[in-house]
Amino acid sequence: MHRFVEFLVGLLFGLGLILSGMSDPGKVIGFLDLTGTWDPSLAFVMAGAIAVGLFAFAAARRRASALLGGAMRLPTQREVDRRLVIGSLVFGVGWGLAGFCPGPVLVALGAGYWQAVVFTIAMLVGLALQGWMASTPGLGVAEG
Amino acid sequence: MTLDWTHFTPWASLAGGVLIGLAAALFILLNGRVLGVSGIVSGLVRAQRGDLAWRLAFVAGLLLAPTVWALFVQPREPRIEAGPALLVVAGLLVGWGSGYGSGCTSGHGVCGLSRLSPRALAATLVFMSAGVATVFVVRHLLA
Repeated sequence: MHRFVEFLVGLLFGLGLILSGMSDPGKVIGFLDLTGTWDPSLAFVMAGAIAVGLFAFAAARRRASALLGGAMRLPTQREVDRRLVIGSLVFGVGWGLAGFCPGPVLVALGAGYWQAVVFTIAMLVGLALQGWMASTPGLGVAEG
Repeated sequence: MTLDWTHFTPWASLAGGVLIGLAAALFILLNGRVLGVSGIVSGLVRAQRGDLAWRLAFVAGLLLAPTVWALFVQPREPRIEAGPALLVVAGLLVGWGSGYGSGCTSGHGVCGLSRLSPRALAATLVFMSAGVATVFVVRHLLA
């Protein structure tokens, strides 16, 4: 049951990315290109998603456990630290360079685009590298 | 600033956003998990026993989405301009950055903002600004 829900959520999320235009890097870059010919569509994606999300997370906060059982795993960290800012900065640069972020690139991968294959492999290497750096003391990027 | 009316799709984007929000809603309410793709994928890279199946199920759904979409709607060709070298650099930055910053557009941008989290708001403002600055440099300074 759980595995089916996760599959279905992934599918629904992917269909949302396609319908919204998020899975098209040209559209993402068009949104980020404020000083060129700007395509504001992605602001509508955020608005639609958050309009639904607000209610869902408000309801989730009032529950101790998930509807299918198991813990309600809501993040508890609140402070804005150096890690968050530097990580988001680096992420944003990569996002702007190719127009891909983790969800949309997996959709493009499923559609069979070679560019998504290249990007996904590099992204996995980047994630693994970050995990390795975080677990290696003395690199100055460990947790904290 | 001029608006790109040819590519502007307010209704499809709003509807797609609602689907994205519904997916995030189902995930947190049914399974108690925040829908953050970089977090879900990072758990595949740093595999831990007993923690893989749900991540694989989610990713399988995501990968199958274009196939399911094509059953009903003629897919539009995405505009992918980046060449191989740029894709490698961008992929590395997206992977490393989302790992270090504990989230991406879905975890911080959609779920975090829906939770009214100050951390997610900061992250979203930073990556949006970095994205805008990057596109400005690539499209208008270097081109």
